[in-house]
Amino acid sequence: MNIENLGFETINLGHGSGGELTRNLLDKIIFKTFSNPFLDQKHDGAIVKIDGKMAISTDSFVITPIFFKGGNIGELAIHGTVNDVAMCGAIPKYISLAFIIEEGLQVSEFLKIVASIKKAADESGVLIITGDTKVVERGKGDKIFINTTGFGEVHPKANISVQNIKSGDKILVNGFIAQHGLAIMSEREGLEFESTIESDSTNLNFLVQDLLDAFGDKIKLFRDPTRGGLGTVLHEIANDISKGVFLKEIDIPLEKQVAAACEMLGLDPMYVANEGVFLAIVDPSIENEVLALMRNHKKGKNAAIVGEITNEHPNKVVMQSLIGGKRIVSPLVGEQLPRIC
Amino acid sequence: MKYLSEYRNLEATKKILDEIHKITTREWNIMEICGGQTHSLVKNGILELLPEKIRMIHGPGCPVCVTPLNLIDKAIELLEQGVIVCSFGDMIRVPGSKKSLLEAKALGGDLRILYSPTEAVSIAKENPDKEVVFFAVGFETTAPANALSVLHAEKEGILNYTILASHVLVPPAMEAILDDEFCTIDGFLAAGHVCAIMGIQEYYPLVEKFKIPIVVTGFEPLDLVQGIYMAVKQLEDGQYKLENQYSRIVKNEGNKAAIDVINKVFEIGNREWRGIGEIPNSGYVIKEAYKKYDAETKFNICNIKVPENASCIAGEILRGIKKPHDCSEFGKTCKPANPLGAPMVSSEGACAAYYHFSTNTIN
Repeated sequence: MNIENLGFETINLGHGSGGELTRNLLDKIIFKTFSNPFLDQKHDGAIVKIDGKMAISTDSFVITPIFFKGGNIGELAIHGTVNDVAMCGAIPKYISLAFIIEEGLQVSEFLKIVASIKKAADESGVLIITGDTKVVERGKGDKIFINTTGFGEVHPKANISVQNIKSGDKILVNGFIAQHGLAIMSEREGLEFESTIESDSTNLNFLVQDLLDAFGDKIKLFRDPTRGGLGTVLHEIANDISKGVFLKEIDIPLEKQVAAACEMLGLDPMYVANEGVFLAIVDPSIENEVLALMRNHKKGKNAAIVGEITNEHPNKVVMQSLIGGKRIVSPLVGEQLPRIC
Repeated sequence: MKYLSEYRNLEATKKILDEIHKITTREWNIMEICGGQTHSLVKNGILELLPEKIRMIHGPGCPVCVTPLNLIDKAIELLEQGVIVCSFGDMIRVPGSKKSLLEAKALGGDLRILYSPTEAVSIAKENPDKEVVFFAVGFETTAPANALSVLHAEKEGILNYTILASHVLVPPAMEAILDDEFCTIDGFLAAGHVCAIMGIQEYYPLVEKFKIPIVVTGFEPLDLVQGIYMAVKQLEDGQYKLENQYSRIVKNEGNKAAIDVINKVFEIGNREWRGIGEIPNSGYVIKEAYKKYDAETKFNICNIKVPENASCIAGEILRGIKKPHDCSEFGKTCKPANPLGAPMVSSEGACAAYYHFSTNTIN
């Protein structure tokens, strides 16, 4: 897209006024990029048809910095919501997209974000069908915030619920943990830390769909451990079902460079955020087939069976350490913070 | 990571643990000095793999835990005066008398979380119209970097940078613990990283005076079980000497360049330890020649004095007299989200280690 043709280089309050400048922004960027039969109606909302049960999920994205290794806030806003809908056992179809922009944002940056949103939506097989754009005064935002809401059709064979989980069920993850959080941290101001670690931000809906096609209701639960990481999500699950979770540290997939960075920064990878990871809790009779299907899919090459549900130690997550000792994995309290030494 | 995985090897660790079981005939109390060692012991489940007769006592080596309460209030006062306060991440959740640095930030304070104090000097350079203070806490390990930040500021002629310093030293704290009438410690694992800076010479007098084994020890599971083995072996053989388990990192003479930087900016002085009180000659104070980089002098905040929370037993935990579970508030009114004292919220605090990792809470 050519910036000269737009007639403006930075976004200002007028672009959120609802007047001609807003129309200019919408016509030249939003409608042009995301054109589809629903959005092209340019109506106050979108009218769509969904077959059967519908899954809905909403999320707001406020990440700093907005550009990072392996992605930007735009694709994150699509992947995050697409994945949340998929975790419900649904096939994501439609997305609503709302921007809150701080005045002064460079149009070139906005265009990069919009292009990433388009690419991520296309790759995920979802349409942007309605949206909103607001501009706030400088200092009242942080460059750009994005809210997306996703709508999906629940897979006909899916029966996803924590209530279905039984003792003996197996826990799998689809790949290396802790990459997204490390990639973001390495770009934060104040951390003299450089790495080539990239965010794992990606859409997981097609792998989820393949798993549901193959195994149906033998899959008890999907969850994506974003903020709070794997440890916090497993702790939530243990509490929800009043059962225990038992893990082996040696089985947790952790890429070497991420492991080294966690050591250096004093972070526990069990609590670092992910954006391309999900866990599946499945009937023990299918654990090996689920693992094989995951590993044959491009979004699950490093999948692993990491643990199981147990009637021992209800409400607790216990992990066997590399040397054979045991620790509990408690939930993350606040943000993980760099250590003194 | 091969370097690390070797020190987390199941077979190698088990072999040494079996040896410890074989040689242990009596009850021994061994204190690991550093909070990093405490966390590794609990997080890797080592405590439950040791013989019942070996009781690990958790020492005072948590820099956040021993930083006096009034110093946190001083940092908050600076934030409220509009100063940019830079800090290591560990410090910011520790409760002051009224609030923590994190709460002061939420109320509008300009708090920056950094890994390196020299970064704070850059912030001072970029903000010449603002005062920038680095909250310089820690043991001998962080002293060189904090001193270096002062030397950088001096070299670049930066006048809006100061440090709020509270550096404490390990050997005087060990001596104070051993002098305590309630002390039951039979042997020490000295803090490997402190010795990497300072060397091991200053521990010989302690070994001789108190006739107690001291083993300079690292932080990985294999380091710790080997350090424990060396201490138990000495005790069972009726010996007391200084040994260095962490020789791959710790040299006898330490790191001379780092020591030179410390000695240029700091001198030994009395220091207050949170929960323990003042220990003579137990810390670093800024030398007269560098007083213009001392935040306490520049901002006239010396008079802030506040009492400790009476229901927190941090002092007894830091001296090894009690364990986190001995506290009636542990896990009840005192949790990481709402801590009564620093050991519950610091990443090297004993209470935090037990709260987050200990399997004692399972059954």
